Amino acid sequence: MVPKLICDDDMVDIYTPTTSDKDSLKVTIKLSVEKINTINRICASFGNNPEELINVLHETQNTLGYLPAEVQEIIAHNLKISAAQVYGVVTFYSYFTMVPRGDYPISVCMGTACYVRGAEKILEELKKELKIGIGETTPDQRFSISCLRCVGACGLAPVLMVGEKVYGRVAPDDVRKILEEYKNDNDEEYKCQQL
Amino acid sequence: MEMIELNIDNKVVSVEKGTTILKAAHKVGIDIPTLCHMELHNMNIENKPGSCRVCVVEVDGRRNLAPACVTEVAAGMVVNTHTARVLNARKTIVELLISDHPYDCLVCAKSGNCELQSIAHKFGIRRIHFKGEKSTYRRDTSPSIIRDVDKCIMCRRCEMMCNEVQTVGALSAVNRGFISVVAPAFEMDLEHSPCTYCGQCVSVCPTGALTEVDSTNKVLLALMDKSKTVVVQTAPSVRAALGEEFGLPAGTLVTGKMVAALRSMGFKYVFDTDFAADLTIMEEGTELLGRLKAQLAGESNAKLPILTSCCPGWVNFMEHNFPDLLHIPSTAKSPQQMFGAIAKSYFADQIGVKRQDMVVVSVMPCLAKKYECQRDEFKVDGNPDVDFSMTTRELADFIKQSNIDFLNLPDEDFDNPLGESTGAGVIFGNTGGVIEAACRTAYELYTGKKLDVIEFESLRGIEGIRSAKLDFDGLTLNIGIAHGLSNARKLLDEVRAGKSKYHAIEIMACTGGCIAGGGQPYHHGNSEILRRRRDAIYTEDEGKTIRKSHENPYILKLYKDFLGQPCGHKSHELLHTVYYDKSKDEVTIHHD
Ligand code: SF4
Ligand code: SF4
Ligand code: SF4
Ligand code: FES
Repeated sequence: MVPKLICDDDMVDIYTPTTSDKDSLKVTIKLSVEKINTINRICASFGNNPEELINVLHETQNTLGYLPAEVQEIIAHNLKISAAQVYGVVTFYSYFTMVPRGDYPISVCMGTACYVRGAEKILEELKKELKIGIGETTPDQRFSISCLRCVGACGLAPVLMVGEKVYGRVAPDDVRKILEEYKNDNDEEYKCQQL
Repeated sequence: MEMIELNIDNKVVSVEKGTTILKAAHKVGIDIPTLCHMELHNMNIENKPGSCRVCVVEVDGRRNLAPACVTEVAAGMVVNTHTARVLNARKTIVELLISDHPYDCLVCAKSGNCELQSIAHKFGIRRIHFKGEKSTYRRDTSPSIIRDVDKCIMCRRCEMMCNEVQTVGALSAVNRGFISVVAPAFEMDLEHSPCTYCGQCVSVCPTGALTEVDSTNKVLLALMDKSKTVVVQTAPSVRAALGEEFGLPAGTLVTGKMVAALRSMGFKYVFDTDFAADLTIMEEGTELLGRLKAQLAGESNAKLPILTSCCPGWVNFMEHNFPDLLHIPSTAKSPQQMFGAIAKSYFADQIGVKRQDMVVVSVMPCLAKKYECQRDEFKVDGNPDVDFSMTTRELADFIKQSNIDFLNLPDEDFDNPLGESTGAGVIFGNTGGVIEAACRTAYELYTGKKLDVIEFESLRGIEGIRSAKLDFDGLTLNIGIAHGLSNARKLLDEVRAGKSKYHAIEIMACTGGCIAGGGQPYHHGNSEILRRRRDAIYTEDEGKTIRKSHENPYILKLYKDFLGQPCGHKSHELLHTVYYDKSKDEVTIHHD
């Protein structure tokens, strides 16, 4: 399992670090030469300057969708810094992700208003329904869960977003219904992959 | 330089602009407690993240308390370092740190040496008022180092050592907030990182988060086993530091007491790694001369500069970072491994003991040696040349467990034949020592003349990179010295770029050399301790009757009876090794 992300520094109580053995941490995803060239190009466009690390990571994630270990290693190599330092930055900012987001990325607002009005319960419900944690993606690549700081819709708290679509005043019971909306197309395929 | 006057605890202090309150206070004898901050004076090593806030003081006119280690002085500042408010804040800070810390002191390897423990003791912490979840993390064991991150207080000293001083980059702070830890990339185990096992992170960690793998119990079992002949070797730096663990001032040489203690603990033969250091010089010196002559003869493939190879931390660094240069280090094994190879062949035969029935224990200032003795190339049919490598600290603990009154032991001598050594072997512990020892021998072998002055003062010192020109009877030899892996990297980059002007380079992974190794008694940021150990090593050298490796009678006998020639056939078989490209072990880039 890839180490998880923390969603927000003042929300630490909802994150429990998991114990992982080293084999499960070994990275198996392979990169195509094409992707490696893309990363090299991005690094070069920032002059391979280690001080531009955050910008390089930002641009790379925008292009590739996520930042798996191999990608970080190539960036470390190009910028002449250690992979540990790159990983340190990637895990520090909740914006960066090491797993591909799902086709329908779900974000739960963890701003104060939403939190007070039970965002945590919604998050729990989501985790239970999808059987994944924060920063993770379902095996069929359909859904992923992340947390957000305030999205500016406090009047609608608690707020949940699927892609760009905002759902307000969500109750834990609503979660299943919302998910159904996205499960319905290609329902058969979805079920097959779940097995 | 602009001077600034301020008032600390009603004392007037005048310091240079830019000085921190902490240093200004120190100047007038006021000791402000610190935890994350650490500085090794004159060695360019400082860690000041300003994160723990244990050093807070009250500054008149400021609303908040100021961390003394990162706050610069200002003219007319009035500082109080021990008001009731300050004491209360410090207590709260320490309580908060402890609230997310295991209460393991009774069984913690660092107990008695832990800076968090001593600060809790000093502040009179008796109860923790904060209850909350404690962060937990898996324990990571490598051949040399144990990471128990639950005990980490995020002072980030280790990170500074690994990245700035060593430029290894194995460790970095990762994640944020409550779950942040210092870890290798992708939270892999240390074993799968570029770690060199130099142990410099361990030597500065204030708590039990980073410690060495303890071999004491394995050694104890070997000593209990009547069928085994247990042989021990002690490295040069150990005798210059072991006494500190028994309350002696730093720099006290305890060679004789150490030998007596080991003998009474049941080691059948107490030998000296210095003997093997002399052997290293015979091999490395001969190799140096061979390569030099090849170059003088105009051979295009002469491999210069030659790099010393007696530091396994440095060897690991090279295998990970400079796989393209693996042909230039000397192929001579480290003294630890040379000793093991000779003990389990020549000496075992001499006393009629089978290899499997002999156990070789080494006492080292070093954590990389624990890894080194486990390398496959140093085993014969799975049986290692050196079975267990202990640190100076482990030996001290073992002596205390054995209920030995160390301070009142009479001095005893090493056993022979592998206990006789020269001053050249002793100075291996200091930066510049290996190359000085090599030059004492190489000079006399090359020129056929006796050295008038044995000390090569130009090779001594503590600057991170030093160079000297030596006159070998008309031939000028350019010598380079680097200690601390960041400095080694600089010299190696030059070699890689084809710009190196040196014939020979000595490299040691630890800043200061082995006297400051990762297995030595903790210095707690006091560089004076390291200076004294260094002086003690040179004193031991001066006190020796024989100070050149090629004059050690037992070395000569070893060559005559057993090895033949330095760098000869038998030597190559027993005393030389090969290096491997380890850069692949850490990289996970795959192509489709
Ligand atoms: S032992 Fe040396 S190389 Fe390894 S993590 Fe510690 S400082 Fe870095
Ligand atoms: S492991 Fe030790 S040295 Fe490193 S940050 Fe934690 S407490 Fe500090
Ligand atoms: S300098 Fe000495 S103590 Fe440090 S890693 Fe090298 S051999 Fe070990
Ligand atoms: S010692 Fe000053 S903040 Fe830690």
